[in-house]
Amino acid sequence: MADKPKPARKAAPTGKPAGQQARKPAAAGQPSKAVAARPKGGEVATPAPEGYQSLIEPRTGLAELLAPVGGFGVTLSNMFRKTVTEQYPSEKVPAKPRYHGRHQLNRYADGLEKCIGCELCAWACPADAIYVEGGDNTPDAQFSPGERYGRVYQINYLRCIFCGLCIEACPTRALTMTNEYELAGPTRAGMIWEKEDLLAPLREGMLAAPHPMVEGTTHTDYYRGEITHATDAQRAWVAEHRPDDPTLPGGAGLDVANELAPTAAAMAATVAAATKQGSR
Amino acid sequence: MTITSPQPATSTPLVPAAPVEPRPEVTDAVTFSIDGIETSVAKGTLVIRAAEQLGIQIPRFCDHPLLAPAGACRQCLVEVWAPGRDGKLAKMPKPQASCTLEATPGMEVRTQHTSAEADKAQHGVMELLLVNHPLDCPVCDKGGECPLQNQAMSNGRATSRFVDVKRTFPKPISISTQILLDRERCVLCQRCTRFSEEVAGDVWIDLQKRGAHQQIGTFDTDVLGFAGETPVGAATQDTAGRPFASYFSGNTVQICPVGALTSAAYRFRSRPFDLVSTPSIAEHDSQGSAIRVDHRRGVVLRRLAGDDPTVNQEWITDKDRFAFAWQSAPDRIRTPLVRARNADGTRGELEPASWVEALDVAAAGLLAAQAPVDPREEAVGVAVLAGGRLTLEDAYAYSKLARVALDTNDVDGRARPHSAEEEAFLGHHVAGRTLEVTFADLDRAPAVLLVGLEAEEEAGIAFLRLRTAVVKKRTRVLSVAALESRGLQRLSGTLLAAAPGTEAEVLDGIVAGASDDVLADAADALGADGAVILVGERLAAVAGGFSAALRLAARTGARLAWVPRRVGERSAVEVGLLPTLLPGGRPVADSAARVDVAAVWGVEHLPETPGRSTGEILADAAAGRLGGLVVGGLELADLPDPALARAALDRVPFVVSLEVRRSEVTDRADVVFPVAPPVEKGGTFVTWEGRPRPFPQALVSHELADHRVLDRLADALGVELGLGSLAAVHAELDQLGGWDGARIAAPAVDAPEPPAVEPGHAVLATWHQLLDAGRLQSGEPFLAGTAKRPVARLSAGTAEQLGLRDGDRVAVSTDAGTITLPAVLTDMPDLVVWLPTNSVGSHVRDVLHADAGDLVRIAAAPHEVATAGTSDEDDAPGRDEEVGA
Repeated sequence: MADKPKPARKAAPTGKPAGQQARKPAAAGQPSKAVAARPKGGEVATPAPEGYQSLIEPRTGLAELLAPVGGFGVTLSNMFRKTVTEQYPSEKVPAKPRYHGRHQLNRYADGLEKCIGCELCAWACPADAIYVEGGDNTPDAQFSPGERYGRVYQINYLRCIFCGLCIEACPTRALTMTNEYELAGPTRAGMIWEKEDLLAPLREGMLAAPHPMVEGTTHTDYYRGEITHATDAQRAWVAEHRPDDPTLPGGAGLDVANELAPTAAAMAATVAAATKQGSR
Repeated sequence: MTITSPQPATSTPLVPAAPVEPRPEVTDAVTFSIDGIETSVAKGTLVIRAAEQLGIQIPRFCDHPLLAPAGACRQCLVEVWAPGRDGKLAKMPKPQASCTLEATPGMEVRTQHTSAEADKAQHGVMELLLVNHPLDCPVCDKGGECPLQNQAMSNGRATSRFVDVKRTFPKPISISTQILLDRERCVLCQRCTRFSEEVAGDVWIDLQKRGAHQQIGTFDTDVLGFAGETPVGAATQDTAGRPFASYFSGNTVQICPVGALTSAAYRFRSRPFDLVSTPSIAEHDSQGSAIRVDHRRGVVLRRLAGDDPTVNQEWITDKDRFAFAWQSAPDRIRTPLVRARNADGTRGELEPASWVEALDVAAAGLLAAQAPVDPREEAVGVAVLAGGRLTLEDAYAYSKLARVALDTNDVDGRARPHSAEEEAFLGHHVAGRTLEVTFADLDRAPAVLLVGLEAEEEAGIAFLRLRTAVVKKRTRVLSVAALESRGLQRLSGTLLAAAPGTEAEVLDGIVAGASDDVLADAADALGADGAVILVGERLAAVAGGFSAALRLAARTGARLAWVPRRVGERSAVEVGLLPTLLPGGRPVADSAARVDVAAVWGVEHLPETPGRSTGEILADAAAGRLGGLVVGGLELADLPDPALARAALDRVPFVVSLEVRRSEVTDRADVVFPVAPPVEKGGTFVTWEGRPRPFPQALVSHELADHRVLDRLADALGVELGLGSLAAVHAELDQLGGWDGARIAAPAVDAPEPPAVEPGHAVLATWHQLLDAGRLQSGEPFLAGTAKRPVARLSAGTAEQLGLRDGDRVAVSTDAGTITLPAVLTDMPDLVVWLPTNSVGSHVRDVLHADAGDLVRIAAAPHEVATAGTSDEDDAPGRDEEVGA
């Protein structure tokens, strides 16, 4: 960009009168210093050759004699230092704790989703990588505390620049970033993660959504962190409406409930295959 | 605003754009200053309006330019210095609300921009408003376009000092199936209640309780705390069983400055930054309301009222606002369809086809219908039936196709009861006479007579404009109708009671000095300068009605305008979608007019014989005397006799249909072409005034508008229409221009004697309700819940004869069928029964094959199960009310 004259810059007031600029149109795009240093021989004359003058003081005596092999000293000394090369993908080194990796949609302790579908993340996103549609929580299908939940949630990892503005925008701390950085895939569609791919895995004591809020609480209680686990009433509701739910006591268990969703699973398979191929 | 091509037209265009109304000159100017800027405004101007004109922003919530000042929110406080009695400038002791303060000479106003006191006052008011306002912004539908949010940022404190517990309410409560109220968010600005009172006249919500518990609410016993009778009867309930249905309730959602009122249809659907907005024109009625279509990724999510002071101001009906799902309904036709023929020649199944194939099949079929191989064949000729929902350009294409490619005048755009008298009236008085009566004239008129027009149901914006004028005591409304509807009551109207079929008699009775006081009074009112007579399309069913209306207008000097219901009716008249009319009001029978049009169209001659009307076309088709039909945008159920229409379409050898969605016509058509709904095409609607209302295409779409399909169809028929683009149509319309030759003669039909009513019979009165079972309202359950409950209305005398009490079910029947509805006793002539024309459970034309003025049998219905289709309170959609928890 530096060698291209920018019309906008040229037009910007530089303190010089306009007439002066008009007289030197050829110099407009070049740094003014070069113009000043040019000898008076005229435009076509080649500038006088100037020899290279090193600023390092020349060595003398033995030092000058050994100088050609002195460089090996650097090599030799490094051969005995601890190696910094990471053997990725054979050995995986965890990223630093605040690394901006793949996103995750968190849950409250009873398993309800924190996302309320407010779209503020999509609003904040400078890369337009997030697409959200809200939905109405009903007594039959309560996904998050309160009136509204995220019905559709997509992050396009071809667009995401991992800047983290979405995390800052999220009013419920629903969206956070993990340290997961292995995001690759052979298809464009496979890089668009849906809500079920992004949802955090269920932990012990959680009950898969949808289910009613803890009885007698409001969404404010949830924000304050006063809900610590799913209650019996919630479990009874799920047992009545989804008897086969794996998160129920006596159900198939969290491993089954946390099985990866299609896009995430496909990406995990791709990454595993690439890891295997690249490993020694 | 012109629909014409950029080049200046050589003559007046066919539908000229409205001239810009001159600004009223300022008399009694008041000179004062705001923030040190001197300004001069008309006397009576509010300070906040004057500041707007100077570009000075003062925060406000309750202030709305179309509502009376209230001073409810106190957000617009400013510091005011005014000259006292001694002429010296003195500061008013406290900040003043600029939305209720009229400018006075020499006043000095300092807004928050120049006055620390005003700024502090505004910050204080904002802090108080936010004390009980919940932190709902992330989940609130108003978030992102919320005046409270914006002004809290621009004129509020950065942090809150409030540490206590906020007052809460259960949320949200449903005021109707469509309108949801979140009382926590409300700042009590009363815009909604003032709109309901001042503009719509439906006082369905109001302020209740006092102090911190003050809230907006319906007449709900739990909220108001009164026991006993509910204040309304069955007639004023909507189909969801809630009291106070309003056709204009959606406007309160739009003007609510916070997210307190939201609509169920748009609840949590999107955010303002998602939406792409396109200005458009509503397609539901002939009022031509300006709207804004908000869409995301090719899906329309909501529609808002546009701001057009000359037409709809800032209001639209709920139908215009909420009924748009039909345009993307699942039964949309996406590809051309061609019907396979069974081995025995009967109609088989419709199958998708390419455009080329479908056009070829259609052209071959139409050519064969025009000139059958067998010369003895009776079924000869092709007719064109176009419904009343077309744009000007599309209607023009149908008109031209019939005359040029099909060589016939058998073309009619009237899909409703019609008559030859009406056709003469349209040709004589309506066609080519645009903008003779406008909305502004309704505002100014000293008296407006409605004939065969139920303004609230059939012309929503005209109703609002009339009501505004009535409330300001400028206009008096009179109505010739069978009964005094709630709409007429809200217009403080005078009823000139007329049993259906006797309207002509009543109109002829309006003479000065008539023995009947009401009629003599009406004659006096209409004799005043600027009086207007509005006739509805329903008058076509009354023999002699239009003749009598013309006589009345001539007698009293009042101006006469025709207000049809549908959006395409006026444009159909202008472009000659009538059997005796060519574009611009040129009579078919006039050879000069034919030559005029033929020259523009580049054809040697046009068909001379006047064509057949819709009714005649269908009758002939049913009798096997028609070879083919081109049908566009027509619902068979709208026709006077749907059964005859179905039989006719079954009988006609070849039917081409242009439709947006699958319908009864496409079920019978041989070739179906998909066409674009208004949101996917550009075009021009024409209001009842004759005002062109051009609108652009909102969504990206490959669907073709009717005129483009007809252009291709004509190509396949070997005729060049030259209507392949909007620009081409507009250029041709400009070239065609208006007509200053002879017009069709005025109709002179004598009113027949009303039929004798036998015992057990009654005369049917009927009109459409705004929200009913119409096809363009499908897919909107929340809107349907706010429709008025279908009831049968009859007088107390009639009910007594039948042994009926209010609320009993009454059976209205003809030989064709029976409609059973709850009876509501109304003050109206005896031996007349009123039914909604096309509501759920009351499809008058389809079931009874009858129309207004016909005799029907009437009896008390046996007490048994409710007939299918009449809605019950329980099955209505929507949210349950959660009041008083």
